[in-house]
This record gives sequence, structure tokens and C-alpha cells, in this order.
Amino acid sequence: MLLSLHYDVSGTDFTCAGEASGKIKKALKELGFPASLIRNVAIAVYEGEINMVIHGGGGVIDAEISPECVSVVLADQGPGIPDISLAMQEGYSTAPDNVRQLGFGAGMGLPNIKKYTDEMIIESEVGKGTTIRLKVFVK
Amino acid sequence: MKISEIKSILNADLICGEEYLEKEVFTACGSDMMSDVLAYVKEQAVLLSGLVNPQVVRTAEMMDMKCIVFVRGKQPDTDIIDLAKEREIVLLRTSYEMFTSCGLLYKNGLKGGCGL
Ligand SMILES: Nc1ncnc2c1ncn2[C@@H]1O[C@H](COP(=O)(O)OP(=O)(O)OP(=O)(O)O)[C@@H](O)[C@H]1O
Ligand SMILES: [Mg+2]
Repeated sequence: MLLSLHYDVSGTDFTCAGEASGKIKKALKELGFPASLIRNVAIAVYEGEINMVIHGGGGVIDAEISPECVSVVLADQGPGIPDISLAMQEGYSTAPDNVRQLGFGAGMGLPNIKKYTDEMIIESEVGKGTTIRLKVFVK
Repeated sequence: MKISEIKSILNADLICGEEYLEKEVFTACGSDMMSDVLAYVKEQAVLLSGLVNPQVVRTAEMMDMKCIVFVRGKQPDTDIIDLAKEREIVLLRTSYEMFTSCGLLYKNGLKGGCGL
């Protein structure tokens, strides 16, 4: 293991959403990972972090960086996702109008995470919360 | 195209990032939906947006974009400007609306994200 990182994500501060993703991106850059891998991780974690803030009421992000793989776990204790396969569809969003005015709610976040990662596992229970585990391998 | 040329084509004001105006950029995308921007990574270097909040800068950051153009004369606040400065992203502001801004840049040789 090269590095483990932990961040708390506020569920109310939209302005700060993306801080953790930015820091993970910076750490990967300093460790000299390839630019395309860094971008894939950054986008996937950012989408997850934004979801945490707008849907999940905040949570925690843990990243483990090794020479072979970047693994990130995003966990919240929000309302959960009733139908994960529906939520994974491009364009599906329950975001209210005020979120849309902020530039989110296209229903592209979860599909984007899938697209930019090699592994994505969502666990969610209604009323309990959502955990997303993602992995990007260093090829 | 240099970022300085974008500035002159769009008759834009420079908000921050004067030291990066000579950087070369080849592609751009225009959107107010950040996840739509994040869906199509094709080395776009410029983001045109009518949306003004910190997440526009963060989206550009995650995508390694070099320049954001706020259309329709939208002015970002100091928090947004500071965020962009830290991330070495140029901020421009044009009075042209989205459609016109994109059209002018496209006509002058800047391409969309998919090589089209
Ligand atoms: N952490 C979460 N907690 C609860 N619900 C979630 C969570 N993440 C996603 N969802 C649900 O899944 C839907 C789809 O998520 P997705 O990220 O794909 O789109 P979005 O966030 O609505 O819009 P976009 O990501 O394009 O801004 C959301 O609208 C929401 O209903
Ligand atoms: Mg989302």
C-alpha cells in the first residue's frame, strides 16, 4: 500500500463538494500515476461525492492507493436507493429542480462512475444508506 | 488556438489566469449540466457554461481543462475565482450567449470533443 486517505464529506455544503476528489487527484499526481488514470479516478470519485452531498446527506470517502490499483469506498447514511438498476440507467434522476439549477441531476453520475472505473459495486438499503466501492487498475 | 485568441474572438474579459493565456487548446464543450460534461472525456480543454458556481471549476479541474468561459456576461464571485486560481484555470467572461459563443469558436477552428 502506498497511501490510505480518509475524508469526511459534508451533507449540507454544496460549495465544498469536490474537495475530497480534488485531494485524491492531487495525491495521485504527486505519486506519479498516469494522467488518464488520475482523471478516471477523479471523475468517478467526484460524481460519487456529489451524489453523497445532493442525495446522501454527506458521508465518508476512503481511498487506498497501491502501485497496481486505486480503490475508493464512498459511504453515506442517507435515504438509500430503492432500485439500483433503475438508478444506474443514463438519464434517471430524482434530483429536484434546485439541484438541476446547480448543474446536476442529468442522471449521468452513476453511469459515469461505471464508465470510468474497472469495478463498481453499489450496496444500498432504503433508510440506511448507500456504499459505492470502486476500483481502477493501473494497466 | 491559444486561449488569448478565444478571449479576442469572444470579446471576453479576463477574470483570472493571465499567465496561462498563451496555452494552446484544441477542443471545447458547452453545457450547463456538469455530469454531461463529465460523461465525455475527449481532451476538451475549454468549458463554456452559463452556470456560475464552484462546481463548474471543480468539473473543469477533474477533467484537466485549462479554461472556462462564462457566457451571457455571468460574473463569478471571489470564492469561485480563488478556486480557479489555485487550480491554474483561466476564467473568461463574454456577453455572447452560449449558442453564439460556441458558433464563433467553432467557426474559428476550435473543435468539439469527439474530433468532429
Ligand atoms: N448516495 C445516494 N443516496 C441516495 N440516492 C442516490 C445516491 N446516489 C444516487 N442516488 C439516486 O440515484 C439517482 C441517479 O444518480 P446519478 O448520479 O446517476 O444521477 P443524478 O445524481 O440524479 O444526476 P447527475 O449525476 O447527472 O448530476 C439519483 O437521482 C438518486 O435518486
Ligand atoms: Mg449524480
